[in-house]
Amino acid sequence: MKRLLASLSVALALIAGAAPAVEPDEMLADPALEARARDLSTELRCVVCQNENIDSSNAGVARDLRLLVRERLVAGDSDKEVLEYVVARYGDFVLFRPPWKPITYALWLAPALIFLGGAVGIAAALRRRRGRRTEPLTEQELAEIDVLMGHSGKST
Amino acid sequence: MARLLIALPALVAVLIGALFLWGLDPDRDPGAIPSVLISQPVPEFDLEPIDGVGVPGLSKADLAGLGKPALVNVFASWCVPCRAEHAVLTRLVEDDGVTLMGLNYKDKPADAAAWLARLGNPYTRIGSDLSGRAGIEWGISGVPETFVVDATGTVIYRQVGAISTADDLAKIKAALAAAGSGDVAS
Repeated sequence: MKRLLASLSVALALIAGAAPAVEPDEMLADPALEARARDLSTELRCVVCQNENIDSSNAGVARDLRLLVRERLVAGDSDKEVLEYVVARYGDFVLFRPPWKPITYALWLAPALIFLGGAVGIAAALRRRRGRRTEPLTEQELAEIDVLMGHSGKST
Repeated sequence: MARLLIALPALVAVLIGALFLWGLDPDRDPGAIPSVLISQPVPEFDLEPIDGVGVPGLSKADLAGLGKPALVNVFASWCVPCRAEHAVLTRLVEDDGVTLMGLNYKDKPADAAAWLARLGNPYTRIGSDLSGRAGIEWGISGVPETFVVDATGTVIYRQVGAISTADDLAKIKAALAAAGSGDVAS
């Protein structure tokens, strides 16, 4: 049972997510700093492959940036300072999560505005439907229906 | 209000059409990354010369204190497009009197020296960026890349990839002319 669990966890670890490209010689000795470096690396876009983060990219520039991130962390930078350092050189483009600033207002607000527009539209449509009240059928109309449906008092 | 609602679908269609017009424009490169260096001073860097080439190294001060516009070309002997671009750059230097600075990116000095000995050296200064750190300071994503720097050391244009088409060359020349390089006819 134990062996089964062990092999299962190895198999799961193998299929889980993209394999990191971090090589042993890049890693920091301090596990806490290394963990922060790994987290930061997944936030940064590789400028060559563009849709891969630098943690999983094999591009040369991605390796350089991984080393740079670790160098900044060792120098005592906070996570925010490290990201700012890279953004100062490569622009907001390297961040997978775009920052909140005038040029990205449309990006961040558009989903909420579209949702709001939809909600207002649906509310208006519902209200209009509710306003269209149906008159109850008159006695005569009920009698006519009875005739048409074939149960008009007189049994067949 | 009702009239506005009737016009709404047409308005949405026009908006979507405008978006397509922009998005499907063949001249738009969706992979292009805007450079943060444009209109910024040249980044801090100071690179050693390559042994055996006979031109000095390159630093920020060299560009800021040059007193005239310059092209800064990132190249390497292992880079195939650089070889084709070399002829274009040489013509710019010889025919148009452009000042060309080189940033030799992640290249073994001996390889770079041999490459320049074989093809000729159009560069006034070359900094050897063995570690690629200066490349990061410049925000490059690969080689070759070329920057137009004005007389005060401000970056005014960036070309990603080799200067290969007439259009690329025209843009470089226009940027040089805008930077005040009198000799360049665009």
